[in-house]
Amino acid sequence: MPANARPLSPHLSVYRWQIQMMTSIVHRATGIALSVGLLLVAWVLIALASGPDAFATVAAFCKSWIGMLVLIGFTWSLAFHLLNGIRHLWQDLGIGYEIATFVRAGWIAVIGSILLTALVWYCVMTRGGA
Amino acid sequence: MSAQYRTPLKIANGLGSAKSGVHHFMIQRVTAVALIGLGLWIVWIALEALQMDYAAARALIAKPWNAVLMIVFLITSFWHAQLGLQVIVEDYVHSKGLELASQIAIKFVCFLGAAASVLAVIRIALTTASLGS
Repeated sequence: MPANARPLSPHLSVYRWQIQMMTSIVHRATGIALSVGLLLVAWVLIALASGPDAFATVAAFCKSWIGMLVLIGFTWSLAFHLLNGIRHLWQDLGIGYEIATFVRAGWIAVIGSILLTALVWYCVMTRGGA
Repeated sequence: MSAQYRTPLKIANGLGSAKSGVHHFMIQRVTAVALIGLGLWIVWIALEALQMDYAAARALIAKPWNAVLMIVFLITSFWHAQLGLQVIVEDYVHSKGLELASQIAIKFVCFLGAAASVLAVIRIALTTASLGS
């Protein structure tokens, strides 16, 4: 709860739903997810440095259904944060602010992230391992 | 009575309320640009490593280019993560004490994560090379 009594902006529910609010909040949510995923990457590398036993523990986790679910979520988070991040960098250059272009770019990030995730997991399934 | 000795330029010189001007904004964007390439590379490395046993995966990371890129990826991404999480806490955590504690905790965890994982890559690179594989 705020310690200082600051003026509040209008509550979210007064706005009509639009893609921009979704991509904005999901960019932050995937950013938090990826930060946790980064700790997972660190865990994998530390296990790889420690020895076969520690690595086997990580591998067992990754092969479990909960591990797979985490990895699929991590893949999608990375795909979305990557594509939406490129959109943000593009817009930081002052490009793509026409409303139609802006909305289309948002949808490209959403649909593209699902396609990228599917592509990566197609590779995982067909190449073996996982 | 305090006189205003500083010139308006001195006050405006890149120092907003964060006292560091656009430094945070710029580092966030520069690490983002680097992570476009590094992010795609880490997916490729993960897909390669999935098919390998322990020794082969270790040898893959131990290759000089992979070890270097992995260290660059780790430093860049932990840095980018700290910057992004900082903004989220600034926006949504409104009590001073909790905000300060979260900001320090995020910095500690990111720095510790980066240091520990970089050391792991160095250990992999050096010990695997000395075994001659």
